[in-house]
Amino acid sequence: MFAQAETVATPEVLWWALVPLLVLAGAAVLLLTVASLVRRLPEWLPAAWTIVAGLAVLVSVVPLWNEVQDDGARSFLAGAVGIDGSTLFVTALLAVAVVATALLSRAYLTREDLPGVELYVLLLLSAAGGVVMASANDLIVLFLGLELLSIAVYVMAALHLRRIQSQEAALKYFVLGAFASAFLLYGIALVYGATGATGLARIAGYLSTTILLEDGMLMAGFGLLLVGLGFKVAAVPFHAWAPDVYQGAPTPVVAWMAAGVKAAGFAALLRVFVLTFGSWSGEWQPAVWGLAILTVLGGSVVAVVQTDVKRMLAYSSIAHAGFLLVGVQAASDRGTAAVLTYLGVYTLLACGSFAVVTVVGGAGDDRHGIDAYRGLGARRPWLAGAFAVLLLGQAGVPFTAGFVAKFGVIAAATEGHSYALAGIAMVSAAVAAFVYLRILVALYMEDRHLEDDDEAGAVEVDPAPWGPRIVITVSVALVLVLGVVPGPLVDLAKDAVPVLVGG
Amino acid sequence: MLLNQFLLLAAALFAIGVYGVLARRNGVLVLMSIELILNSVNINLVAFSAVSATVGGEIFALFIIAVAAAEVGVGLAMVLLLYRNRRSIDLTEIDQLRG
Repeated sequence: MFAQAETVATPEVLWWALVPLLVLAGAAVLLLTVASLVRRLPEWLPAAWTIVAGLAVLVSVVPLWNEVQDDGARSFLAGAVGIDGSTLFVTALLAVAVVATALLSRAYLTREDLPGVELYVLLLLSAAGGVVMASANDLIVLFLGLELLSIAVYVMAALHLRRIQSQEAALKYFVLGAFASAFLLYGIALVYGATGATGLARIAGYLSTTILLEDGMLMAGFGLLLVGLGFKVAAVPFHAWAPDVYQGAPTPVVAWMAAGVKAAGFAALLRVFVLTFGSWSGEWQPAVWGLAILTVLGGSVVAVVQTDVKRMLAYSSIAHAGFLLVGVQAASDRGTAAVLTYLGVYTLLACGSFAVVTVVGGAGDDRHGIDAYRGLGARRPWLAGAFAVLLLGQAGVPFTAGFVAKFGVIAAATEGHSYALAGIAMVSAAVAAFVYLRILVALYMEDRHLEDDDEAGAVEVDPAPWGPRIVITVSVALVLVLGVVPGPLVDLAKDAVPVLVGG
Repeated sequence: MLLNQFLLLAAALFAIGVYGVLARRNGVLVLMSIELILNSVNINLVAFSAVSATVGGEIFALFIIAVAAAEVGVGLAMVLLLYRNRRSIDLTEIDQLRG
């Protein structure tokens, strides 16, 4: 029966282009297997393993990047998966976020006395999902990546066994996340119905060559896709989950949500809207325009009235999503490059900021009120100084990387003649600066010891373990260096503009 | 049958599912409502797939069934965790987090 040695036609697979994904997924599966076979794993091993995997991905991205820059973007697996500059750029950001989260998690799990292999396995799987999203060339693949990313994060949010807030945050995140995925799927189904294809290149080809007499279904599909992805990146009015989840989830997991999940979400948004629906940008730009305005204003204004620093940072991350949407709304190469630059800077800022919050939170992960930060400048000058730099970076003060990021998206908006949007974005940047200044004032101007001393003992902050210390030091250094010499990051982002290749 | 009939059925299921997620207080019923939305998507995909004579939609529906199973597994685990801690699966009772 098999004597004739028949060949089976299989789709072409570029294994070299899959290396980052295979490293992440393979590391996760291996870690899980070893941990279930070996009874007592050394405590440091899972974290070290995750960090090595993250660094290996970073290293493997470099030759792939050169290959893509020389030979151009490629698609393979029957056109379902693509590799281009933006794929590799976002993969590198995810790898950085994985390393940072693993460093924070090690210190966190030790302090909270929690068992720890699962967190690292889920982190690696979630990062693999993010890489799948960033390389998706087909809506099916995009959905699979999104679910791999999200389901792992739902469980990560619930991992603090003894904090009821952690479980509550996870359940809220799960219900709203699954709800959002369902909307996204309905949108995908409608787009498939309108265009007859799920491949991004095919849809793009169909949309740029066909005049639809009845475009209601396609418009509904655009809308539902935007709602689904808007939920994932926490854009107003789909942001309701973010403050609660950020407040309740373990702080290292929040660092991953802010840095990793957001980067993957925007990679998907860029691929689907700017790239695939680019020829119809006139139809979806107004919706993104409205979403961007609501998000920058909503995030900045509501952050002002918060008293919990984790919630403040949650709203500020919503405002950052708004600035990223300003870049998406431009629907141009410049806008895309600005979004990628912003994502790079925000990854550093988010990892650094939540590293400080992890340290200040103390045992029990409960001290997140702004009171816990009063007078920190006097007692822990280095920690407070680092937090100050990171907050100024988030505010977008010149000579920090945050300024470069905000300047990029606003310049892209004005180039696209969205002057009102650029103006509103600048105003809300000023409003948001007030939030960061409030924390800065608490750090330096108010001395806790001079006021009521009933809780004074409770605000002692333990010295930072080496894991968070590395994350804080590296992120602060990079935020300052990129603020003065932004060239390398901006140039990389320019070369990373995504391209669609049909299969 | 007309394509419209499938799309209307799917839209009705979608609307019932959205209503269920928003209005139901019981955690398990919310999970069931989410399943309802996912199945409305499957009906849509299979109908479109039959009309356009491509298999993409049917393959997609299979993926959605598999992922939905994984998702509901995680969801039920979380509802169980909630029940263990509080002896109740009423979602309106979880209100520790607000600002």
